[in-house]
Amino acid sequence: MSGIPISHILFLSTALFFIGMYGLFTRRNLITMLMAIELILNSVNINFVVFNKFLWPGKLDGIFFTIFIITIAAAEAAVAIAIIINLFRSHRSIDVEDATEMKW
Amino acid sequence: MNYSDYIALIPLLPLAGFVLLGLFGKKYFRRSSGYIGVLILVMSTALAFYTAYQYFFVSGKVHDTYQTIIPLKYTWLQFSSGTSINMGILVDAISVMMLVIVTFVSLMVHIFSLGYMKGEERFSTYYSFLSLFTFSMLGLVMASNIFQIYFFWELVGISSYLLIGFYYDRPSAVAASKKAFIVTRFADLGFLIGILILAYEGGTLDFNTLIERLTNTQSSQYINITTASFLGISVMTWALTLVFIGGAGKSAMFPLHIWLPDAMEGPTPVSALIHAATMVVAGVYLVARLFPVYSINEAALHIVTWLGAISALLAALIACTQTDIKRVLAYSTISQIGYMMFALGAAKYGGEAGTGFTASMFHLFTHAFFKSLLFLGAGAIIHAVHSNEMKDMGSLRKFMPVTHITFLIACLAISGVPPFAGFFSKEEVLLAAFNSNKFIYSIALFTSGLTVFYMFRLYFSVFWNKQREKHEPPHGISFTMKLPLIILGAGTMFIGFIPFGKYVSSDGKLLESAFHLNFSIAPVCFALAGIAIAMWMYKTESNRPHRVAAAFGGLYQAAHKKFYMDEIYLFVTKKIIFNLVGRPAAWIDRNIVDGTMNGMAYSTAKISGWIKGIQSGKVQAYAMYFFIGIIVLVIIVLYLWK
Amino acid sequence: MNLNLVLLIPLLTAAAVLFCKGLKQVRIVSFTGAVIQLILSFVLLYGYWQERSSGNNDAFLFEYNYVWYAPLHINYHIGVDGISVAMILLTAFIVLTGVLVSWKMPAHTTEGEKQSKEFFFLLLFLGVGAYGFFISLDLFTLFFFLELAVIPKYLLIGIWGSGKKEYSAMKLALMLMGGSALVFVGLAGLFFNTHTGDGSHTFDILQIAQMHIPVAVQKLFFPFVFIGFGIFGALFPFHTWVPDGHSSAPTAASMFLAGISMKLGGYGCLRVATYLMPDAAQQYSWIIIVLSCIAILYGAFATMMQTDLKYINAYSSVSHCGFVLLGIGMLTKTAITGAVMQMVSHGLMTALFFACIGMIYDRTHTRQMARLGGLLKVMPFISTVFVIVALCSLGLPGLSGFVAEVTIFMGSWEHSGAFYKITTIIACASIVVTAVYILRAVGKAIMGPLASKEFSLLHDADWNEKLAAGLLTIGIIAIGIAPFWLDRLVGPGADAIMKNITNVVIAK
Repeated sequence: MSGIPISHILFLSTALFFIGMYGLFTRRNLITMLMAIELILNSVNINFVVFNKFLWPGKLDGIFFTIFIITIAAAEAAVAIAIIINLFRSHRSIDVEDATEMKW
Repeated sequence: MNYSDYIALIPLLPLAGFVLLGLFGKKYFRRSSGYIGVLILVMSTALAFYTAYQYFFVSGKVHDTYQTIIPLKYTWLQFSSGTSINMGILVDAISVMMLVIVTFVSLMVHIFSLGYMKGEERFSTYYSFLSLFTFSMLGLVMASNIFQIYFFWELVGISSYLLIGFYYDRPSAVAASKKAFIVTRFADLGFLIGILILAYEGGTLDFNTLIERLTNTQSSQYINITTASFLGISVMTWALTLVFIGGAGKSAMFPLHIWLPDAMEGPTPVSALIHAATMVVAGVYLVARLFPVYSINEAALHIVTWLGAISALLAALIACTQTDIKRVLAYSTISQIGYMMFALGAAKYGGEAGTGFTASMFHLFTHAFFKSLLFLGAGAIIHAVHSNEMKDMGSLRKFMPVTHITFLIACLAISGVPPFAGFFSKEEVLLAAFNSNKFIYSIALFTSGLTVFYMFRLYFSVFWNKQREKHEPPHGISFTMKLPLIILGAGTMFIGFIPFGKYVSSDGKLLESAFHLNFSIAPVCFALAGIAIAMWMYKTESNRPHRVAAAFGGLYQAAHKKFYMDEIYLFVTKKIIFNLVGRPAAWIDRNIVDGTMNGMAYSTAKISGWIKGIQSGKVQAYAMYFFIGIIVLVIIVLYLWK
Repeated sequence: MNLNLVLLIPLLTAAAVLFCKGLKQVRIVSFTGAVIQLILSFVLLYGYWQERSSGNNDAFLFEYNYVWYAPLHINYHIGVDGISVAMILLTAFIVLTGVLVSWKMPAHTTEGEKQSKEFFFLLLFLGVGAYGFFISLDLFTLFFFLELAVIPKYLLIGIWGSGKKEYSAMKLALMLMGGSALVFVGLAGLFFNTHTGDGSHTFDILQIAQMHIPVAVQKLFFPFVFIGFGIFGALFPFHTWVPDGHSSAPTAASMFLAGISMKLGGYGCLRVATYLMPDAAQQYSWIIIVLSCIAILYGAFATMMQTDLKYINAYSSVSHCGFVLLGIGMLTKTAITGAVMQMVSHGLMTALFFACIGMIYDRTHTRQMARLGGLLKVMPFISTVFVIVALCSLGLPGLSGFVAEVTIFMGSWEHSGAFYKITTIIACASIVVTAVYILRAVGKAIMGPLASKEFSLLHDADWNEKLAAGLLTIGIIAIGIAPFWLDRLVGPGADAIMKNITNVVIAK
């Protein structure tokens, strides 16, 4: 178990996080953005797991949190896709640039 | 009867007439308003004559001196403990004299207008305006308080405005009325400031107290007002000069005379009343009212004298060249008022030196008669030939005998031919000028020659000159128009014999008129010469007038163009006031003052436009702000938080 | 007499209007309410004389004090002195005539008669604000009513106005709101510098007048209050809402604006700024005088160049309201009395002027002088009233303008310094300029030949217009012929203000 050092894993999660960020900021397609958010959530999940493992090996709090997040992510995806579908119905597009009614 | 019992009725009756005719005239008195006006004026005139009788022969004199009596006084508006506008009635020699003049001339004009204005659509309005004028003028002459005089002064001005603009659908009448009011308003500004100074320094607005304080060289008010100075001139001189400017505006003294000739746009009887006999002499009256104060201030008196003399001369010169019959008379009025002014200026308070004062008042009195007669005569002529221009007239003596005779009497009177009224008064004026300043005397003498010339020029061109053939014979005039002419003509014949110095003098004491036969030779010679020249030029149709005009060349042109005064005024008002003051003010207001306000609003809107740009509605932008915000917070918390 | 009635009746009238059905009821209800209010104002005047003649020398009569919000010491405290009575009379006159003038809704509104009910409601509501303002003796209550009087104006102009009405309504509302924001800062500043016996603060005008607010505080907050109220009263250079606001407003709203609203400013400057902060008033008086002199003369010159009748009257209001501020700035009893007289006189006069212009506009559909002319022939009544009010504006004796102006001049001249003399002369000079523009307007619009053949078909004033114009004309003439009653009414109030100021001088 002592094979992979913590820094590697943290590097992975950070990379994942920023990839997600990048996707969130640059993609105009809402589905892709949703996927980017999933990436961010997963990077957080990895962080939880890895810190739980390295800091408090005897406890399971971090793992529980991960499970919570996965659940919420699932719910969120459902809600988000519902919103996206409604948006598509009204706008005939799921491009985020087209949905700027809430400005000012 | 006491004065207080009835004297207030003299002005109040015309006021009632104004209210009655003004409110109900159109509906109920369409035809009878003229008779109502005349009736009211008859009552007022009777009361005025009764007052004069009471004052001059019964109760006015105490210890051989005519007293100033104030039978009525009400506080109208209290400013501070000393100063208040009081509505009162002041009875002294000159106010009683003015009472008689105003009511009498007004009555004549009322009667004359019955015929002259017959068939006019706004007949009742005309009579209500006449009543308003009579009321205001009576209030003016009886004022016991300097602010009261200002009050009625303005009212007189507005009645004059209304009457000049009576034919309101003529643009020229509207312009003339506007001009008259604005020019006199400008002068009134001086009057108002003068009043403010006098009130401040004298601590009162009542004439009696004011005169008493400012003529007593021991009083603190006198010392204050003479020692205080502004721009090196004593405040006393300022105040009196400013008040005189007010008077000069109303009395059409040079250079504020420009409104009077234009004022002839009004109905001719109105010109006779307002612009010949009564309102225009208000300035003279004002100076006379404050004469005790003027008489101790050399500088102010000099201004009065010189302006009077200049006006007399210039107006006479212009009168020689005018062709409109009413304008000739208007300039003649200016000239004659100039006489009254410099006579006042040449006078001193009390005794023999006060001849000028008596002369001025006497001339005012006789002038009211013969000038209103001239104007009413002119009115009759205009009524008959429907034109103001002298060239449309001629040979009228055959058609209008009454007018002809009375007009001739008036011409002789204004020329100073004995024994008509003008002779006596003019003689005294000249005497006063002779005793005080020889140069003024020579101007006066020369002007009197000019006066004779232009009056007989008028007379001969209207009643003699060319034969009338082409035109229909002018129709005659009605009895109501003849009657005033006859009455005034008779008056002009005889009033000169009134020993005026007995009743009116600067200090109220008896003044024997020093009458020198030798002295009269020069003026009478001038008069006869003037008549002769006018007869030579105008009795028959000829080209002599043109030849004479050509001989005078530039002077004739300048006089014909009224010395370009109108042009100068137009330049100042139109070019300078409108273009250089009014227009920039309006522009600055819209563009700079309001521009600043709009600019503030605009920049607020602009800034809020930038700020609202952040709320773009783009989810990704919000996420970005959120992310940047987190990073900034992290940096703060980690590195900057200490 | 119970002063609450002065507030209650207009409030009830306004509320009743909301429940009316049909325009006829609305008119009758608002007319009745306004008449009752006018009668009540005369009863108030009579009661006031009674109290005074029976020897009651309190500064304020008919006081009524009720705690409104105890933690901040806000009281509903009302009472009147002569000045307030005069202003209440003025307001009652204008509310009644305003209702009469809008009897038949003008034809040029966009919405037509549908909204008439709201129109009358807003008019009456504005009146409520004004009445409340004039009787308040508590700074907060006063401010409350001031705000109440601003909002209806925005709607009145914005909905029923003409021309660039949105712009004007916005401009007016923003500038007046800005003014009241300044006022509020000043009032709050005053409040926190008052100290009552028990260590708390107070909004009560009577109590503050007895205290001595530190001079430094006065100097800080006087400009806020004075400029704030000055914006209402057309203080130069914050007067620019006046021309636009007046010219876009419907007739009755113009009358209210010029007749009542601008008087709120003058009254506030007097009652709050000068009365409560006498030291600062002394120190700043020269600035006020300079600004008002500029307003007087410059307003007059700007008027000279206007071509639209409403603009003429609006600009001349700037000039005439300059006299109000001049009188206040001069700080003599006579000048302050004159300022109040000028407020009353200008209120009546300008309301009548706007009413006349409105009547002319309703018939000819133009306010451009160049397109008018010869109206005296076709509408003698309106034209005669127009001429009367024009003469009042140029200060003809026998009408109210003369009395007020002359009192201010006399009061200003009581000072001895050359500065005061020169500024008075400048102010006096405006009477000439006024004559120029007034006679120009009369000459162009009323006199002269008939401008257009169509005009000859126009009819003269209706009964409601005649009644309105008649009432205001009577007001003008009553003051002009017998100013002593107004002088006796206003004088003691001005005296009380002067006492505060002279105490300062003596203390120095």
